[in-house]
Amino acid sequence: MPEATLQIRHLSKAYTPGQPVLRDVSLDIAPRGVTAIIGPSGTGKSTLIRCINRLVEPTSGSILFEGRDLTQLRGAELRLARTQIGMVFQEYNLVERLTVMENLLTGRLGFVSPLKAWLRRFPAEDIERAYALLDEVGLTGFAQQRADSLSGGQRQRVGIARAIMQQPRLLLADEPTSSLDPKTSVEIMALIRDLAAQRAIPVVVNMHDVELARRFADRIVGLSGGAMVFDGAPAALTDEQLLRIYGGRNWLQ
Amino acid sequence: MSGAPQPAGLRPDPFPPNWWARVGWLLLAVYSLHAASLLDFTWGRFVDGLGHAGNFIARMLPPNFGQWEAILKGMKESIEIAVLASFFGILLSLPIGLLAARNLMPGWVSWSARGVIALARAFHPVIVAIVFVKAIGFGAIAGIMALIVASIGFIGKLFAEAIEEISLKQVEAVRATGAPFMGVIAFGVLPQVLPRFIGFSTYQFDSNIRNSTMVGLVGAGGIGAPLFVAFQRFDYDVVCAIVIAIIAVVFAAEVISTRIQKVFGG
Repeated sequence: MPEATLQIRHLSKAYTPGQPVLRDVSLDIAPRGVTAIIGPSGTGKSTLIRCINRLVEPTSGSILFEGRDLTQLRGAELRLARTQIGMVFQEYNLVERLTVMENLLTGRLGFVSPLKAWLRRFPAEDIERAYALLDEVGLTGFAQQRADSLSGGQRQRVGIARAIMQQPRLLLADEPTSSLDPKTSVEIMALIRDLAAQRAIPVVVNMHDVELARRFADRIVGLSGGAMVFDGAPAALTDEQLLRIYGGRNWLQ
Repeated sequence: MSGAPQPAGLRPDPFPPNWWARVGWLLLAVYSLHAASLLDFTWGRFVDGLGHAGNFIARMLPPNFGQWEAILKGMKESIEIAVLASFFGILLSLPIGLLAARNLMPGWVSWSARGVIALARAFHPVIVAIVFVKAIGFGAIAGIMALIVASIGFIGKLFAEAIEEISLKQVEAVRATGAPFMGVIAFGVLPQVLPRFIGFSTYQFDSNIRNSTMVGLVGAGGIGAPLFVAFQRFDYDVVCAIVIAIIAVVFAAEVISTRIQKVFGG
């Protein structure tokens, strides 16, 4: 087995001291495949994902990404690490007033000087790759549209393309389908899985739809009360396990 | 959830009277009457004054454009003052407004920038112009400086407030790509506030045009000086000509502002 891309060790996070949202989570992410994190609302799924690219500061623990401890990085080193980690958001988080093309090129900001980016002088190969990616995500001809003119599904496709533009070595997705209808959700999950598989990028994705997680993940991690209570293949996720993750009983019937 | 229903007589009044507000309104009314009586702010005094107004208006007509060269020269200087002040004012208020935004900057930075803005807003442009005339002498440069200060105060404040209202989700996404700070500003922040910034800037340009005709009254250059002189000589027909010229320029500036806003799109 090749070494894990991501090694999370004893990760804890408390937004208010004494009330931890994440409790001592340890997790290895292999260099391939989709890992889905499931669990009830407010159980720290989002916090876990955001600790990885330090949009949230962990309280304690370490996160080794390709050998470097992300929790210790600062300034330029942190930005460099972020360029290697793509992220897809629940509410897409596109820059609404920019075009689809500009939103995609946002994924290259870590590689281009701010002045050149400001003047929209991106390298020709970046623009070439952006057009190719638009074809891949099914948005051919949308390059000049403003992001706020798109539908939810189209926006999320742009969000995914923006993350892939970074040529990341890890893809994070925070509830990427929670604002979408069931059909679009399946399409979006398939897109994430396929684009990542072709490029050999491991994916960590938060979801609250258990069926969708079963369908698209190679591995499922269950969080409850900020701690890991399940880690295994989708087939191993029994009703009994779901009970441990979500509690209650009525919803299973 | 549901308790026993309250009998109608025991229910609290859904619109209880606000006694503090009523007392406040009453005090305001009493003070206004008191101030009006102190300042002889009465109808009789107003009707008395109307006679003078008729005389004044009669002497304004017809407007006397005999000194059109002086008017043109003053007007050109006023426009130059307004354009230069707007250019440098807008340029300076961009970074100051950015620094003053509390959601992007650490506290000590935003409070210092807010201090600069508050200082720039503290006085009317004409008072600032007097200070600059005393400090650096008569002429257009004092007017330009005064209006730069006014521009920073207005655009800087509104720009900072606009930035504080942006969606941080968009900023977060740009940060997550590993973009450097200036990249985050250029792609995550400015696209969200640019239309409003253009709006504030054109409005300030408009008001700089109007104010540039004022600063001349205190010797800071522009059309204000000939206007003041004409008033003092009771050459009301010349005053009328200058006023017409000012109205024409202000109107033109408004048309131009609207055009600028259209170019940059709302």
